[in-house]
Amino acid sequence: MIQLEGVTRRFQSAAGERVALDAVDLTVEAGQVFGVVGRSGAGKSTLIRTINLLERPDAGRVVVDGQDMTALSPADLRAARRRIGMIFQHFNLLNAKTIAENVAFPLRLEGRPSADVDRRVASLLDQLGLAEHAKKHPAQLSGGQKQRVGIARALACEPRVLLCDEATSALDPETTDEILSLLDQLNRDLGLTIVLITHQMEVVRRVCDRVAVLKDGRVVEEGATADVFLHPRHAATRAMLAEGEEAFDATTVPPGGRLARLTFRGGSTYEPELSRVARSVGVDYSILSGRISRIRGEPYGQLVVAFTGGDAEAAVAQLTARGVTVEQVGEAA
Amino acid sequence: METFFVNIDWSEIVRATIDTLLMLGGAMALTVVFGIPLGVLLYLSGKGRLAANPVLNGLLSFVVNVLRSVPFIILLIVMLPVTVLLVGTSLGVAGAIPPLVVGAAPFYARLVETALREVDKGVVEATQAMGGSTWQIVTKALLPEAMPGVIAGATVTAIALVSYTAMAGVVGAGGLGDLAIRFGYQRFQTDVMVVTVLLLLVLVQGLQMLGDRLVAAVSHR
Repeated sequence: MIQLEGVTRRFQSAAGERVALDAVDLTVEAGQVFGVVGRSGAGKSTLIRTINLLERPDAGRVVVDGQDMTALSPADLRAARRRIGMIFQHFNLLNAKTIAENVAFPLRLEGRPSADVDRRVASLLDQLGLAEHAKKHPAQLSGGQKQRVGIARALACEPRVLLCDEATSALDPETTDEILSLLDQLNRDLGLTIVLITHQMEVVRRVCDRVAVLKDGRVVEEGATADVFLHPRHAATRAMLAEGEEAFDATTVPPGGRLARLTFRGGSTYEPELSRVARSVGVDYSILSGRISRIRGEPYGQLVVAFTGGDAEAAVAQLTARGVTVEQVGEAA
Repeated sequence: METFFVNIDWSEIVRATIDTLLMLGGAMALTVVFGIPLGVLLYLSGKGRLAANPVLNGLLSFVVNVLRSVPFIILLIVMLPVTVLLVGTSLGVAGAIPPLVVGAAPFYARLVETALREVDKGVVEATQAMGGSTWQIVTKALLPEAMPGVIAGATVTAIALVSYTAMAGVVGAGGLGDLAIRFGYQRFQTDVMVVTVLLLLVLVQGLQMLGDRLVAAVSHR
């Protein structure tokens, strides 16, 4: 659905040239929810803006739904943009217009007949639970409601792609959850392809099928969300994942223990695999850190354990045989 | 009371009031007609804006600054030949309107530009993302969003125009200010001065109230 090929974007500033995107290649398949994470300044905003050409790349190609965006005439580009919805961190609603007028806005820009516009707006407001707010102005709504209006507006022209620019970063956790559920539902019900950029790893964990990690304008890691999150390969990914997590304290490792990170996925997450294996090979274990959660609905568990006494090698082999991924974390002191 | 208002020729006052209102109405309408597009151009050609163009922006900015730095009384005189060319006379209400517009439009354009700059860039970006053309962005997003500022600017400009009209007496334009100078000041008819100034005060108050109400009606923040 979306292909970025060698997309490069440079900015000139007083301090000299800065490369915001450095030959980025990305492919987003139709129907995917694709996350791009990175710290501020990594180039996320620029990246998402190249998809609808709000930022024109200095080099490279942007293909959306088979159309080379960089090659379009201004009029064709405007038409192509109507098929790409976009929502924003600060909603960017028109304060002078009512909620219904805001949702109608893209349809009016397109020049659709009034009767069509009214029908479409009524159905969108209904679908997103905004019908009672139709005549209000944005200033009268909460952040979550404003983002719903933003989503209704983005969907007005029946886009095939939705771009989300830090769409939940200005919302409280509860509202974030609500908006993410809505995005998830739109993805499933309408088959909408969604690209979202965020610095919130939780957002990616909840809704993204795939994720790309951006650092200094380059994609340093990309893959299925579960793979990237459970087995991060790049230091930047690890650093972002480690944020807000309690790192285990190395001094708590029992002497002579052997450290391992165990990853359970899917059904095995809730099975007593570890204790079964420990009993059968006679090894003891201490759990040093752990987390049981879901990535896009798939349960997983990840534990760092120290095996002591008994045959740690045999335990590792048995766990692996049972479908648990075991990674060595390093020998204890 | 009878003796105090002895100098007042009420028909003269009525005529002067009408002249002031005509000058103000005519000049204000044209100031808006020229000021808004000029303000939009100043905004659009500015650095980092939709149609950023340093040369055009520098040029427009220079012309606006020059016109704004010329004292109105001088502009009135310098403009005489142009005024004759434009309206066929340099006298009366018609003769006053061209210099009034040339004096007020650049001022108003700056206020419009400022009002447009206050509009969140995100709104422009969102409209672009929805496939809006530059024309649509200006007419359907920027100007409606900036409307409170555009109207407040028009109020300030209209009030400035009221004081400009007083000077237009120099070219025989008439009006309340002219009456105040010719009778109230030059002939020491204090009562004429008081009445004209009171009428101007009422006019300015009225304009401010009208402007404030319009701003409140279009503000939804």
